Amino acid sequence: MNLQGFLSIFISSVFIYNVILSRFLGLCPFVAISKNTKQAFAMSAAVTFVITASSAATWLIYNFLLLPFNLAYLRTLSFVLVIAALVQLIEMVIRKTSPVLYRAFGIYLTLITTNCAVLGAAVLNIDMFFAGGKAVAGSFYYSVFQGICMGLGYTLAMLLMSGIRERLELCNVPKALKDFPLAFIIASILSLSFMGFSGFKF
Amino acid sequence: MKNLIKEFTKGIIKENPTFVLALGLCPTLAVSVTVGNGLGMGAAATFVLLGSSIIISLVRDFIPGKIRIPCFIVIIATFVTVTELCLKAYSPVLDRALGIYVPLIVVNCIVLGRAEAFACKHNLLRSFLDGLGMGVGFTLALVLISAIREFLGAGKLLGFTLIKGFEPVFVFGMPSGALLVIGLLLGFFNFLKNRKI
Repeated sequence: MNLQGFLSIFISSVFIYNVILSRFLGLCPFVAISKNTKQAFAMSAAVTFVITASSAATWLIYNFLLLPFNLAYLRTLSFVLVIAALVQLIEMVIRKTSPVLYRAFGIYLTLITTNCAVLGAAVLNIDMFFAGGKAVAGSFYYSVFQGICMGLGYTLAMLLMSGIRERLELCNVPKALKDFPLAFIIASILSLSFMGFSGFKF
Repeated sequence: MKNLIKEFTKGIIKENPTFVLALGLCPTLAVSVTVGNGLGMGAAATFVLLGSSIIISLVRDFIPGKIRIPCFIVIIATFVTVTELCLKAYSPVLDRALGIYVPLIVVNCIVLGRAEAFACKHNLLRSFLDGLGMGVGFTLALVLISAIREFLGAGKLLGFTLIKGFEPVFVFGMPSGALLVIGLLLGFFNFLKNRKI
């Protein structure tokens, strides 16, 4: 647990290994909901929230339930179920406590259950912060922090993309490239510019 | 009989999961650096698709409608775990190359999509053919993308150098190259579709 560790997690998961542009996690909503900045922001806020919560929950389950009972091979199955249940729980809590927030990202929450970014973050945390079947020192904080940072990276990419696509609505593009193909080409150029960050080494 | 053949072939061209339905793009882009990886990922996804289609079409009458999605997810996750363990045991190299994208087959929209849209409504034979067709279509798409990327990005195909003195364009081996290739391919297929009408 030191500042440098947190800083390197921040830089690497927001910029160098951006969830969308370099790891390709959560591409479906990235292409489908990035036409409008407001919606894109609501979606990425919901994703950030769920990734953070699920990073904590999956770490606890892996460390206190799966590892002691030698059930590490049930990782995929249990994580998917835990994330699905967690999303439902968050949805219920938000609906009870804050109707405004629920209206803002209620619909997106249900979509997140099968968002690969959430499961991807959980699996990555386990791969990175568990060595030889044991948790690395401070690994819980690292996992949660990495979850937050991956959410921030997702938000950054979503906002950039939706800003660009809002402008492109008015442009005259070839008919065959309209919508999806163009979105991928834009994402490719964005990803090219994010490659510039890979020079940073810690 | 003709109907059954159609069940199989529709996944390959007419309803190709990658190019027409645009489903399950995350692993498609991430692992398509070389043709070998693409084939491995395609085979893994096909196995999961086949297994889950068979089981779901067998138990579809016993599952209450309200909890069908969690049930599907558990069935799919079981097959993914089997795939993961087999890969780790028999081909550690491929396992390392595919990395976290093997467990992520669970949340691949193709698998859950076929379970929800097809396997839970049709009998065993049809679901089997549908799963196989979709799997083959997915594998073909992966092979196409990874062949383009491997050839342009490393100047090789399946590990063999094709043209001597060809200067590889490294960017095609990078994430941004993957996005560019899939964008242009989707555009190309749109172009073909528009021209026919």
